[in-house]
Amino acid sequence: MDAKSGVRRGDLTTRWVELVVALLIVLGGAVVILDSLRVGISWAEDGPRAGYFPFFVGCILVVAGLWIAGRNVAVWRKLDGKIFANRDELKPVLAMLLPTIAYVVLIGVVGIYVASAIYIAAFMLWQGKFNLLLTLAISVGVPVALFLLFEVWFLVALPKGPVEHMLGY
Amino acid sequence: MLEDIGNLMQGFAVAITWKNVLFMLIGILLGVLIGVLPGLGGANGVAILLPLTFTMSPTSAIIMLSCLYWGALFGGAITSILFNIPGEPWSVATTFDGFPMGQQGRAGEAMTAAFTSSFVGALFAVLLITFLAPLVARFALKFGPPEFFAIQFLTFCSFVGMGRESPAKTIVSMMIGFALAAVGLDTVTGTLRMTFGQTELLQGFDFLIAVIGLFGLGEILLTMEEGLAFKGTRGKIDAKVVLKTWALLPKFWMTSLRACVIGCWMGVTPGGATPASFMSYGMARRFSKNGDKFGTGQIEGVVAPETAAHAAGTSALLPMLTLGIPGSPTAAVLLGGLLIWGLQPGPLLFIEHKDFVWGLIASMYLGNIAGLLIVLTTVPFWAAILRIPFAIIAPVIVVICSIGAYTVHNRFFDIVMMVVFGVVGYFFKKLKYPLAPMVLALVLGDMAETAFRQSMLVSGGNVSIFFSNGLVSSIMALALVLLCWPLVSRGRERWRERSGKPTPA
Repeated sequence: MDAKSGVRRGDLTTRWVELVVALLIVLGGAVVILDSLRVGISWAEDGPRAGYFPFFVGCILVVAGLWIAGRNVAVWRKLDGKIFANRDELKPVLAMLLPTIAYVVLIGVVGIYVASAIYIAAFMLWQGKFNLLLTLAISVGVPVALFLLFEVWFLVALPKGPVEHMLGY
Repeated sequence: MLEDIGNLMQGFAVAITWKNVLFMLIGILLGVLIGVLPGLGGANGVAILLPLTFTMSPTSAIIMLSCLYWGALFGGAITSILFNIPGEPWSVATTFDGFPMGQQGRAGEAMTAAFTSSFVGALFAVLLITFLAPLVARFALKFGPPEFFAIQFLTFCSFVGMGRESPAKTIVSMMIGFALAAVGLDTVTGTLRMTFGQTELLQGFDFLIAVIGLFGLGEILLTMEEGLAFKGTRGKIDAKVVLKTWALLPKFWMTSLRACVIGCWMGVTPGGATPASFMSYGMARRFSKNGDKFGTGQIEGVVAPETAAHAAGTSALLPMLTLGIPGSPTAAVLLGGLLIWGLQPGPLLFIEHKDFVWGLIASMYLGNIAGLLIVLTTVPFWAAILRIPFAIIAPVIVVICSIGAYTVHNRFFDIVMMVVFGVVGYFFKKLKYPLAPMVLALVLGDMAETAFRQSMLVSGGNVSIFFSNGLVSSIMALALVLLCWPLVSRGRERWRERSGKPTPA
């Protein structure tokens, strides 16, 4: 990572991401192969065993993953300076991803409606810098509308938490 | 032929009931909405709504969901022309000439051209389905397991042969789909595969979750990275502009016809709407008199990709209905719907569920006419929706995606998986791994595996069964040609370079 090629610290370069993803694919393929060997890839008296088909799939994954990794290494020099995503691009991606992960954790704790309200409100305040009134209106309005749509109209039960139980649902 | 027309008339009788027309309109409106919004599209929009249709009659359900698909196809053009942001991947080519037209104050003209040519493309494809589908279905009745596996093999090979991405990446994406499809209980032997003692994995991965994550959350992450700011031209459209544009359009009948043929070909063989639109745009540029002016706001440059995208999107339903092999990710989701509603797609569908099939085909005609009228009259409304800041839209879309993921099986675990698929989708999209093969492999995985194993059972493990008769061997041969096509074309290029001949541009 030299200054000449315009790659700054904290930037993800394409070649590294490409390599890591390809190696993960190889790893995934290896897992498929191992599990297929476990359940048996041979021929039982009533036909092929369960691992027969996935075994081929795993082998192709490993070969294709190694091929991509190999090609990437072969043109490693040429890829110098190619950036997968720079710091300024990664920031908003993480600003989306991290709250979303927190949101999913929150769904498990307080149910989907309350979690959605908190998630939308947090996002609007933090990313959009909206005023409190609009934030409240949307972050409460959307889950309430969804509640009416799913629980009342379509009778589809979504994950609920203590707040909904308190209200008798 | 006459019998098919009679069937179609019966289909219209099924489709034109108050309830079904209402579902049709709801489908189209929702479809345009998801087509306009980033992060929601045909495939995951249908996937999210699918669980809500479990209790509906299959005919009403498929009418609503297929209309959602038409709506999404229409909607993609609006954002391309007004905001230079393709709402859907297949409307990327529409931005080339559509957005310049919008900037020159000809947005109304561009949109009329886009919607009308979408309609023409769809109509061409529906006519194709009406007359070709029963024939294909009758022919496919003769298919045994080896033929079905061969057809599926052909489907996947054509991804490799005709895709724009690197063949190795297409294969990886496909194999990941197959591997994920294998997770869980093996239906043939009852063995647990790749569950690693986790009870959540017993049921395996549902492709709906994958679709919602890959195309929904993945797309939102990409949009965030690009720092989305909607700066666009006003969307104004009135009767005068519409009529004026319509008077202009017949001049481009040749471009249209070419686009229809390209679109149908790419839709039936699962090339998909996106490559079809690019290919059609490229062809139009090469053959047009004004080819060198393309990119500066040529109406032909809007007609060509839009016609092809709609023709491809619509004709993708042909192999889905007749062979049980979807031609696009959205068709794959609809196929999943058929299975959930208890219908087995494939040639028998045309015999056992006539009402369903012809009702659907009739609704394609009606849905596209209604779609054209609706989008022409409601453009300003959709343009206004796009002015809502992304900081509001983004979390709401994630909430909707999460609910959609949860309702598939009522499992919390699926929401977690959706996020994982979202991250995978982000990386794969940026590294140019195609996502469609993964989704299709995930849907077809079990079917392909069963067909493969049944064939192996018949032959006692001998692969030569795939070349045992004329039909199956010709399908397999075609598949192998497509599989090796990238090698052949690369070899040809190298040879040309070496022999010093100039390569045609």
